[in-house]
Amino acid sequence: MVVISARGLGKEYKLGAQVHDTLRDQITALFRGRRRPSAEKFWALRDVDFDVEEGDCVGIVGRNGAGKSTLLKILSQITEPTEGEIRIRGRVASVLEVGTGFHSELTGRENAFLNGAILGMTRAEITRKFDQIAAFAEMDAFLDTPVKHYSSGMTTRLAFSVAAHLDPEILIIDEVLAVGDAAFQKKCLGRMNEVARAGRTVLFVSHNMSAVTALCTRGLYLEHGRVKAAGTIEEIAEIYLQDALPADGQTGFRRGKTRGSGQIIFTDAAVGSETLSGSVVCGSGMKIWFKYEATRPGLAAHFVVNIFDRQQTRLMSLDSLTAGNLPQIFSQKGEVTMELSPEFALTPGRYLLELSALVHSEVTDHVPGAVEFEVKDGDFFGNGRKSCNTSALMIKTQWSVQGVD
Amino acid sequence: MERIIRPQRGMIAVNFAELWRYRELFGFLAWRDILLRYKQTYLGVTWVVLQPILTTVVFTVLFGRFAKFPSHGAPYPVLTFVALIPWQFFSNTLAESSNSMVASARIISRIYFPRLIIPASVVASGFVEAAISFVVLAIFMVVYRVTPRPELLLLPVFLVGTFLVSFAVGAWFSALNVKYRDVRYIVPFVTRLGMYVTPVPFLWMDVVPERWRLWYCLNPLVAMIDGFRWCVLGPNFTPYWPGFALSLGVGLVLLVTGLMYFRNTEKTFADIV
Repeated sequence: MVVISARGLGKEYKLGAQVHDTLRDQITALFRGRRRPSAEKFWALRDVDFDVEEGDCVGIVGRNGAGKSTLLKILSQITEPTEGEIRIRGRVASVLEVGTGFHSELTGRENAFLNGAILGMTRAEITRKFDQIAAFAEMDAFLDTPVKHYSSGMTTRLAFSVAAHLDPEILIIDEVLAVGDAAFQKKCLGRMNEVARAGRTVLFVSHNMSAVTALCTRGLYLEHGRVKAAGTIEEIAEIYLQDALPADGQTGFRRGKTRGSGQIIFTDAAVGSETLSGSVVCGSGMKIWFKYEATRPGLAAHFVVNIFDRQQTRLMSLDSLTAGNLPQIFSQKGEVTMELSPEFALTPGRYLLELSALVHSEVTDHVPGAVEFEVKDGDFFGNGRKSCNTSALMIKTQWSVQGVD
Repeated sequence: MERIIRPQRGMIAVNFAELWRYRELFGFLAWRDILLRYKQTYLGVTWVVLQPILTTVVFTVLFGRFAKFPSHGAPYPVLTFVALIPWQFFSNTLAESSNSMVASARIISRIYFPRLIIPASVVASGFVEAAISFVVLAIFMVVYRVTPRPELLLLPVFLVGTFLVSFAVGAWFSALNVKYRDVRYIVPFVTRLGMYVTPVPFLWMDVVPERWRLWYCLNPLVAMIDGFRWCVLGPNFTPYWPGFALSLGVGLVLLVTGLMYFRNTEKTFADIV
């Protein structure tokens, strides 16, 4: 049975309009008899059609500005569509943020009741589930302490715990997983999985593709306010990752200005995290793969892999002779895969891979810019946060402190 | 049960069925406003009692003793205090209800519920103060030997009326405030000026010349204050009915237009707040 069905959905926003007009502006405009220049408009969402079946767990994915949040807001009735309609069958609970309505002066207990009521629970329901909520949040000692004395982790745990005990037929969630420490996050994911398994319909919006694939069965891919693709989550993930490849469409290997004797040449190469998709997620490790052909078998060769950033700075130079454990003698044709430790990562951006093959110290093939690839933001430290910054590299660290008072 | 979300066109009416479904949230928000108002105040409830009593003392001395305004046989402190209840209900809730939508911006942009319950819950939180004031009023009546009359049973009606007038103005201002932040400056002005055109420390029939009477009754609080006095002090204080009707009518118009304005701008709140 179809529980959510959207037809021709669109939402138009005014761009750059002064939304908080002052009365003075309006009054002066009235006297001058001049109308303010009409604001530029843009469609955040347009012609969106989709259906959600009962019990589906749908991941809504898309890049920034694709219209995901707008769609969520329309689904949760926070904002009205400009055109089109959605039909929804069943009780909806939407959690666009954990802890909506939390007030620092109120105690944990008071906030739990208030937040529960805001999320749509009845007083009786909250009272009944209160012990479970407190237990799930791993707190009972501080329930009557004002939230302002809580650590941010405690507040988040309590807030999520309230949200996790919602019992709707349709649950709409926005990125709320990106909270708390890693252990609590696992617990949350587990809880969401339970909800999904219990036959409830779940709509989940996230940038985090791995969370979406772990949780959802189906996907809806938005791009520039339109539905780009809808299908099983595997299909959607595939398309989504494909799109992360360089914009000119040359996803893979490119032999541009090469030089070398030609005794060994590269015939193909690719980069990726788990698969050789052409993009790397920060924190998920990195793989470099290439194919070679030699004029004869048994050459004593080695390969050099360089990674450059867009400014042509050589960030890494990895030589199979010094770094790898490859044999010294190679067969005539072959494939080589190199894995980089996830302890370290490049930060989000575009990079170029340069390949060289050498026999003794003579260059047989040199391919600058063999593969262009993208590194995407990810949960590098495994704590649920997008942690990458604009520096060149990320590395896992151990911190310690010795306080002196 | 199927719900359809689509653009609403034309005039949007108040959806009372939906408001009823959200009555618990309304209660929770009012409860929160009450909790927050008295948390971290040392005097707390004492302040609620002290404020009108001190005002009554000042008014009695100024208007009753010095200016010698007539009191038609009623004790001046009771005359003043009984009028202060609706006035303070109005003025104390107005500032907060006008600011309520902007203050709730975060909730508004994260979750749906009928927005009307935000200003309504703020105004409703004024009932606590009113209840405390009634206790003080009872003490005043005992001290000044004012015998309760059957009209006293009508007092809740006027209290609800005061709530509706405050809510009407609150709905107008809170909705306007989302779009025009000037409201912030207008509200203190309204309460300060309102003090002069609202008959709290005197009986307006004695003060306002005959030809200005109907004009004076354009103030919707006049009906409420007259009603309060009538209920407590009896037939000597029967309202001036034409003025009472006019004042009531103005209140009703404010309420209906306030609700309509609020409802018809409500859908844009989440986008601009």
